[in-house]
Amino acid sequence: MATKSAGKSKYKKMTMSPQEYQTFAKTREPNRSVGANCIRAFIVGGGICLLGQGIQDMFVHVFGMSKTDASNPTVAVLIFISVVLTSMGVYDKIAQWAGAGSAVPVTGFANSMCSAAIEHRSEGLVLGVGANMFKLAGGVIVFGTVAAFFVGIIYMIFGIRGH
Amino acid sequence: MLKGKQTWWFEKRPVIIGAATVVGPDEGEGPLAADFDLIHPELEMQQKSWEKAERLLLEQATDLALKNAKVNKQQLQYFVGGDLMNQIISNSFAARTLGVPYIGVFGACSTSMESLAIASLIINSGSGQYVMAGTCSHNCTAEKQFRYPTEYGSQKPPTAQYTVTGSGAAVIGADGTGPVVECATIGKIVDLGIKDPFNMGAAMAPAAVDTIQAHFNDTGREPKDYDLIVTGDLAGVGHPIAKDLLARDGVPMEQTEFMDCGLMIYDVQKQKVQAGGSGCGCSAVVTYGHLLKRLQKDGDLKRILVVATGALLSPLSYQQGESIPCIAHAVSIARQL
Repeated sequence: MATKSAGKSKYKKMTMSPQEYQTFAKTREPNRSVGANCIRAFIVGGGICLLGQGIQDMFVHVFGMSKTDASNPTVAVLIFISVVLTSMGVYDKIAQWAGAGSAVPVTGFANSMCSAAIEHRSEGLVLGVGANMFKLAGGVIVFGTVAAFFVGIIYMIFGIRGH
Repeated sequence: MLKGKQTWWFEKRPVIIGAATVVGPDEGEGPLAADFDLIHPELEMQQKSWEKAERLLLEQATDLALKNAKVNKQQLQYFVGGDLMNQIISNSFAARTLGVPYIGVFGACSTSMESLAIASLIINSGSGQYVMAGTCSHNCTAEKQFRYPTEYGSQKPPTAQYTVTGSGAAVIGADGTGPVVECATIGKIVDLGIKDPFNMGAAMAPAAVDTIQAHFNDTGREPKDYDLIVTGDLAGVGHPIAKDLLARDGVPMEQTEFMDCGLMIYDVQKQKVQAGGSGCGCSAVVTYGHLLKRLQKDGDLKRILVVATGALLSPLSYQQGESIPCIAHAVSIARQL
């Protein structure tokens, strides 16, 4: 087909400023439903905690441990469950539904380390798994330690003692 | 020949004499499944790493494209390709297997049309008889490089897009049977300051609009001259934005069908892909697998414009707070007369 002579149909180029466009684009983002996410996070996060409580009670009642003694094996069992679910490719699917609920400590932390370790296994044990395992969890450890340090100072200044 | 400011006009009408597409399991469950040459039932593809799986996709697509074009490796003068991986390793390694002179290009997800435009230019200038253009992407390599480990549990926002696991390759010849490449408009970088890597559709939409307008200005064509205009991977958020921006600037897109490869490749309602598909493989497999078939003699399309869009960010650039530079390249493909 023959084309018409160039320049006949000139369309004016975009005249929107970056600020105008960013504001416009913001209005076109589908909303994340905060309400539903809160409820899901409550259900899943609460469910994981409930499971942990159940496991701890089991160690107390079945194995006759004290509450303090039961906490370590409880955490170990939760880590194990999280690692198994991550390895089976299920944990990330739960997280897409649960949002912040599956990011609760222990299982979320285990998932962040396990997923990074699996992902970088192809780069070897030392430079792959070793160097990348804390890629996501590292931030939690660093800032957790920093926060604990400052809280410790506040405790010292005000003479509050922990138990 | 240069037409207007940024359009290459291919008066020798290079022919896409053969093409092939290889995809992963999610694309195989999508509405275009019947148009792909090979569907892998699993993402691993029996390879030891995601990167090797991505490379395999391209190696298989190039192999099948040569077979479909009935051209052998020795006849092929150049291979033009690129992908999303750092240092475009998937293409470089596949080019090692292919063993033909290689031009590596990078245009993120616009690479499909960038490589097709360059391959057509080589043919049009008489610098080759047969040239292949190809690209690929893999969902898990993209997740690993640009986002988080694939098994990491984090919730993706509804603006996020799902990287297509797939590869498309096409053999372009100086003569032969198949759809012809009429012209290509090379886009410029457009960056309106969007910084969110989980909203690349909105970041890329202005680039697509800029290239579409430049294409009409350079060629004198109108939307009605095309049976179909497709953007590469703007998906559910970016595509409606592009539509609105074009309407605002008075481009009569209602004259034609205006679609997006990222919305065509998946059933966005049923499949869990957030806003839709993305990645180099997205526009490549939709164009080479689905659209070329509709451009054959018995197809329903006579002329299409594929506007592949690319977000030229790196994990480093967005962590340093930079906005996302975007680009779009448009190629006009028509049924052979």
